[in-house]
Amino acid sequence: MDAFLAQLWIARWPLFDGFLLTIGISVAAIVLGTLVGAVVGISLVFAPKLARLPFVVYVDVMRGTPVLVLILAAFYIPAVLGLSLSATQAGVLALALFAGAHIGELLRGALQAIPPGQAEAGRAIGLTFPQLLAHVLLPQAVRMALPPWINTGVELIKGSSLLSMIGVGELLLRTQEVIGRNFMTIQFYVFAGLAYLLVNVVLDTIGRTIERRLGTR
Amino acid sequence: MSDAAARPLLEIRGLKKSFGDVEVLKGVDLAVRPSEVVTIIGSSGSGKTTLLRCVNLLEEFQGGAIVLDGETIGYGEAGGRRRRLRDAELSRQRAMTGMVFQSFNLFPHLSALGNVMLGLRKVRRMAKDEARTLAADWLNRVGLGNRLDNVPSQLSGGQQQRVAIARALAMNPKLVLLDEITSALDPELVQEVLSVIRRIAADGATLLIVTHEMRFAREVSDRIVFMEKGRIAEEGPPSEIFGAARSARLAEFLRNSGH
Repeated sequence: MDAFLAQLWIARWPLFDGFLLTIGISVAAIVLGTLVGAVVGISLVFAPKLARLPFVVYVDVMRGTPVLVLILAAFYIPAVLGLSLSATQAGVLALALFAGAHIGELLRGALQAIPPGQAEAGRAIGLTFPQLLAHVLLPQAVRMALPPWINTGVELIKGSSLLSMIGVGELLLRTQEVIGRNFMTIQFYVFAGLAYLLVNVVLDTIGRTIERRLGTR
Repeated sequence: MSDAAARPLLEIRGLKKSFGDVEVLKGVDLAVRPSEVVTIIGSSGSGKTTLLRCVNLLEEFQGGAIVLDGETIGYGEAGGRRRRLRDAELSRQRAMTGMVFQSFNLFPHLSALGNVMLGLRKVRRMAKDEARTLAADWLNRVGLGNRLDNVPSQLSGGQQQRVAIARALAMNPKLVLLDEITSALDPELVQEVLSVIRRIAADGATLLIVTHEMRFAREVSDRIVFMEKGRIAEEGPPSEIFGAARSARLAEFLRNSGH
């Protein structure tokens, strides 16, 4: 144990940097993914049929593809097209596109679960469509979509570890590098695993608290 | 009747509406004068609720015209063709009428006050304080002055429906549409809602009502319209409609409604 603690102390800064990058990547992906998902979800419900098609295809493709394949695609395809993305940028792009499809789909479900009388009541008092969306439909949909949204956040944090495959120095890659120096394989993998677990438990707790606050009306 | 009342506030001409192949309104003509209370009765499927929803532009219609306060609503002409108006125009025209629904349709994430304030703030563009005062005033008038901050799930059906009435009336609409507003209520809660309607009718609101409460219809209405199979079959003052002289079909309908 002492030996492990000594090695941990030596490796504290690389690991801490990796941890921060994991958090940073995840936050960036969930923020971008939520923006994409909002557009996708609203379009899937309200856009004219033909305009909906590209969003349907996007969601199906993203949900049917393994995250690792998305990450490799985001890493290699832009290079072929002459775009230069850093490994981190490519990774965030892949995770954001993945999250966008999932969040779009869960927002669609939530919007469609709102009774049609809600939109009619909003229309009846003279709200325009954007006002109806902003003040009647989205507030209700967001409440419903919040628990699965938190879940997507947890998936992203775990999924960010796959970015180690394209050389992004996040927590898992840093851990592997440390193991490469001290060969304490099990100890450091367990340590990294606990770090992921800790973040996800915190996130989950936040989600449950918000859920309870909002109540089940 | 004063001179101002000579022109109808609402004029429906030859209204036709189909859902797919099923024609539910087959040419309806109806005029409502300012401050008049008109009640539409008829068996379910006669098209009375659809008529109300067309007036509030919640339904599209294929033929005829609806003129509200001199303005043709819902449709315009572009290049010689009949065209549904754009969202912003429809919204502006919908705000001229208020509608109360059978199933209340209160916004569950907003308090009673919030429900009434939303239209005042976003559609009437009132300042927050002004909207709050007016909303509280209306909730007071429907007897819910002590329930301003309750959300719909904390209110009884009758209370929810009274909030919905306040929400519609606070917008100061030219015409109020009431669509079977007591049908979803427990029997003991019906009267508290109807008494609110009696009061706003007495205050001079123009009401177009669909109801199954025959006693209420008789008492509150200036005119009764009996609809059957998508057409107006008979209309007249309550004394006439509920009196002895009437068609066999109307007589049968009234008998079945327990009148």
